[in-house]
Amino acid sequence: MEALLASAIGLLTAVGIYLMLRLRTFPVILGLTFLSYAVNVFIFVSGRLAVNAAPIVGTIDTPADPLPQALVLTAIVISFGMTAVIMIMAIGGHLQAGHDRIDLDEDQA
Amino acid sequence: MTHWIIAPVVLPAFIAALMVLALRGHLGLQRIASLAAILALNAIALALLWSATQNGPEAYFLGDWPAPFGIVLVLDRLSALMVALLAFLALITALYAIGSGWDAKGAHFHPLLHFLLMGVAGAFLTGDAFNLFVFFEVLLIASYGLMIHGGGDRRTRAGIQYIAFNLVGSSLFLIALALLYGVTGTLNMADLAMKLPTLPEGDAALLRVAAVMLILVFAIKGALVPLQFWLPGTYANAPGVVAALFAIMTKVGAYATLRFTILVFPTDLPATGTLIPAFLLPAALVTLAIGALGILGATTLPRLAAFAAIASMGTAFLAIAHMTPEGTSAALYYILHSTLATALIFLVADLVSRRRAHLDLTSPAPVAQNGLIASLFLAAAVALAGMPPLSGFIGKLLILDAWRDQAFAIWPAVLVSSFLMLLGLARAGSLLFWKPSETGAPADPAPHEPLALTATFALLAGLVLLTLAAGPVTGWLDATAASLHDPAAYIAANRLKVAP
Repeated sequence: MEALLASAIGLLTAVGIYLMLRLRTFPVILGLTFLSYAVNVFIFVSGRLAVNAAPIVGTIDTPADPLPQALVLTAIVISFGMTAVIMIMAIGGHLQAGHDRIDLDEDQA
Repeated sequence: MTHWIIAPVVLPAFIAALMVLALRGHLGLQRIASLAAILALNAIALALLWSATQNGPEAYFLGDWPAPFGIVLVLDRLSALMVALLAFLALITALYAIGSGWDAKGAHFHPLLHFLLMGVAGAFLTGDAFNLFVFFEVLLIASYGLMIHGGGDRRTRAGIQYIAFNLVGSSLFLIALALLYGVTGTLNMADLAMKLPTLPEGDAALLRVAAVMLILVFAIKGALVPLQFWLPGTYANAPGVVAALFAIMTKVGAYATLRFTILVFPTDLPATGTLIPAFLLPAALVTLAIGALGILGATTLPRLAAFAAIASMGTAFLAIAHMTPEGTSAALYYILHSTLATALIFLVADLVSRRRAHLDLTSPAPVAQNGLIASLFLAAAVALAGMPPLSGFIGKLLILDAWRDQAFAIWPAVLVSSFLMLLGLARAGSLLFWKPSETGAPADPAPHEPLALTATFALLAGLVLLTLAAGPVTGWLDATAASLHDPAAYIAANRLKVAP
């Protein structure tokens, strides 16, 4: 299971970084989303992998660590909000500029 | 004082919500509420500063949950100082925004300003690493709104870059926190400081990765080379008054670096050792060089101001990289100075923008109220380049003094870059204010904005005060640096249970 999760996180990060380096806003936003998925799974794993273990003390002998689950919840909410913000900004930028290129250089010369 | 510790976070949050919900569309009432809240914030910050000086570090347990299970806010001399600096800068920028009419150019300037204050104050006060991340996000999301305040195609697209850059930074921050938690099982800063020295040797590599990633995140915030690319585009395209306020945001990166390198990853920690200063120092030197060259080569006034911000961060990080009480004290003085000086140059740039046809340094144009604005620019340039008589000189002197053990390597870098900055600022000033326009036409009449000028002069007065009171201030900062490097009291304030 460790190998599967590790390679999943690696793959998500790789896809995220590749898309982030594109020149248009939409792939960049998708890349950021992939990256935040990778991060969320990574936070989850930081409490160690446990099967059939509820995060509640007293129900079973070795409960799972509840804190990463709380942390990942916060991280999901924040990254969701941030994605919404950048999405709105990207739409606004597209409507105002007439194109969705992410670089600023072309009109600077 | 216990409950007042959370006031710098709760008060702006409450006022911002009130303005959005109850005062929507009433700019006059929003201005009154905003100013009143910022004045109250100043009073609270001064009281906290006094309390931290008198009583030492004090923790506030949110929901009365004991640390490290609950979140703590810790008030010590450093956090109190940074909150006071924030409150002063907020007062200046609010006054300037009202005086210049910037706050009328979009719907929600004052609520966003207060959400930003909440985030920055929380980041300064928190004693929990994950909570630091949350407050970073609060201040960032408010800064996104402020950055595109007033709108415009170019500003919006610069904003997208800024958000994308910071989202990557947030991802890095989360990865670093997850690594730290996976290794130690805690994210309370005092608890981390207790647990890291006894870490099993097998986890040292993971810890090093986490430490480097954390410092990278703070370097993004602090615009340290090679992570400074976001800053010129963002600050130069943001409204002038917002860019002035953002002067405190790069300092959040410097503050977090100070806090973590001294408390959590001190140089005597076996796992990290001198790893962090080993790459902070060259990065700081390159940042300083890039900032100085950027000032020399800037084609518009806002870009010049942005590169001045980068150079000042390079200088501050140079002092931080010394990792001794001496260096820390010098860094704190320079952080105080450079926050005010950077804000001043951005306000001057904004003043110029309303008195000149354009902000290009390459083609001449007349400036209305030439003498007044030119003298303000001169003061800002003197402060930024580190010339006497203003506090930049004292700040750089303190940093040079802290580095006198490696004077051969460090002093030429600081002195040459200061000289380049001097050249660049002198060139910009003479192009702006001395070169007459080609047509010889007089400038358009100056806008009447006494409040904006008053705010700018008040900021300058802050710099002068910092210079005149340099003796007592450095004495107080020396004591602050000493208490930072002896974190027993800070850790004790968290009342951690010692494992049996």
